[in-house]
Amino acid sequence: MKPPPFTYVAATSVAEAVAALAAHDGEAKVIAGGQSLVPMLNFRLLAPAALVDINGIRELDFVDATADGGLRIGALTRHYTLLTSPDVAERFPVLGEAMRHVAHLAIRNRGTIGGSLSHADPAAELPMMVTLLDATLTVAGPGGERQLAAADFFDGALTTVLAEDELLTTITLPPLPQPHGWGFHEFAQRAGDFALAAAAVVLTADDGAAANVRLAVMGVDENPSRIAAAEAALVGQPVSDDTIAAAAAAVREAVDPPEDLHGSATYRRHLVGGLVERAIRDAWARATGNAGGAA
Amino acid sequence: MIPKVPITVTVNGRTYEREVPPRLHLADFLREDLHLTGTHVGCEHGICGACTILLNGDSVRSCLTFAVQANGAEITTVEGLGTPDDLSPLQQAFREHHALQCGFCTPGMLMSTIDLMQKGTPATEEAVRGALSGNLCRCTGYENIVRAVLAAMEAAGPEGKAAEGTENEAGANG
Ligand SMILES: Cc1cc2nc3c(=O)[nH]c(=O)nc-3n(C[C@H](O)[C@H](O)[C@H](O)COP(=O)(O)OP(=O)(O)OC[C@H]3O[C@@H](n4cnc5c(N)ncnc54)[C@H](O)[C@@H]3O)c2cc1C
Ligand code: FES
Ligand code: FES
Repeated sequence: MKPPPFTYVAATSVAEAVAALAAHDGEAKVIAGGQSLVPMLNFRLLAPAALVDINGIRELDFVDATADGGLRIGALTRHYTLLTSPDVAERFPVLGEAMRHVAHLAIRNRGTIGGSLSHADPAAELPMMVTLLDATLTVAGPGGERQLAAADFFDGALTTVLAEDELLTTITLPPLPQPHGWGFHEFAQRAGDFALAAAAVVLTADDGAAANVRLAVMGVDENPSRIAAAEAALVGQPVSDDTIAAAAAAVREAVDPPEDLHGSATYRRHLVGGLVERAIRDAWARATGNAGGAA
Repeated sequence: MIPKVPITVTVNGRTYEREVPPRLHLADFLREDLHLTGTHVGCEHGICGACTILLNGDSVRSCLTFAVQANGAEITTVEGLGTPDDLSPLQQAFREHHALQCGFCTPGMLMSTIDLMQKGTPATEEAVRGALSGNLCRCTGYENIVRAVLAAMEAAGPEGKAAEGTENEAGANG
């Protein structure tokens, strides 16, 4: 179908975009890559009075390596830029790997990190990555800026705490311990499709024991989440078949997967446990320098 | 009534000035306003890839982009590749490998392939299948499309560039 009519505002600065959003009293929507918004317009699931185009705000398109070893990423940074960024590959290889699973080249050329986070699809990789990596999100509104922890940003499937006149501007990733091991496993029905489920793990091997463990899953709840009980099952001992099984069991216990024609809740719960096991094995192999076999 | 917006776009090297309603997709603008009907529209939600074009050199879905957003941009559509008498090397490879039947998906396959080649996709079957997974074909079963793309990549050489504009024998290993 064709989208319903709207007026079009091309913003060239954050202040202009926020002012345009505020001027429309909740009836305007930001358009970034358009790769999730335009399908919804074409389906007529949305009928905003105006679209505020932020593609002209060049200062929101950047990946900066910060002095502390982290990254600052502008909200308009395209998926393709993250996928090919040497700074991402060096500092957050788990993010680089996750990007390989996001959509297809033509979608990656347009889609943005800010759009993916604001859209908050339960099966999207970037919301999971900012949750795993404890990102801080900077949001601009008519009253100025505020900072939000990634864990507080998502508010259910396709919902965030962003107000209608707010713009997500910057994603700050605090440094990971270096060196660290990481693992990412996803199952989708075709390359580039949204996942049925995915799991990501980051950890270090301190004197032969797992430490600094972070474990996140997606596709199996309304929003991606870290699973504290699974992290606890790994910390303080060498990773073994037993601790892996305990972590996977803790994940299966914690999640509440959706059910649809692509898979039952039972299937997804089983699947995510298997992905968690593989992600832990890869992370441990990399952390202990035995990554030869890890894909 | 929402007023029309004036835009200037360059398509296949020719500059057009038009007024468009904001909600007009770039795909519909190309097809209906400029009568460049080589760009096909299958799904209008980004899934099928038939509408893929190059926007400032990068492949994009023209059903997920509005014509107003292309103001000032350079666009290449399938009409900008070769002509029936003088096919581009990639088009020639598609022809030699029987990589099309009804041809509906072909413009999108060609435009996507140009971008995957210029972005350095390795010339392996697995990489090509992965990179083309966003383009659906209901006829061929993909085998011959993959063969054509691999042949074009090999002919273009290790740089992976020059999908177009080279004089290589695209179908050398047919
Ligand atoms: C065929 C296809 C396959 C896909 N596969 C995947 C996949 O495997 N994994 C995946 O994660 N995604 C996938 N996507 C979605 C894609 O990643 C989108 O790019 C992303 O979800 C939205 O980013 P965008 O920049 O296109 O945002 P838009 O579509 O422009 O916007 C999405 C929403 O976010 C809001 N918004 C955008 N930017 C901001 C901002 N800075 N501040 C506040 N609000 C903002 C918009 O108002 C809108 O509500 C796919 C899309 C398609 C069409
Ligand atoms: S018509 Fe654009 S992707 Fe199908
Ligand atoms: S040739 Fe018919 S859809 Fe591909």
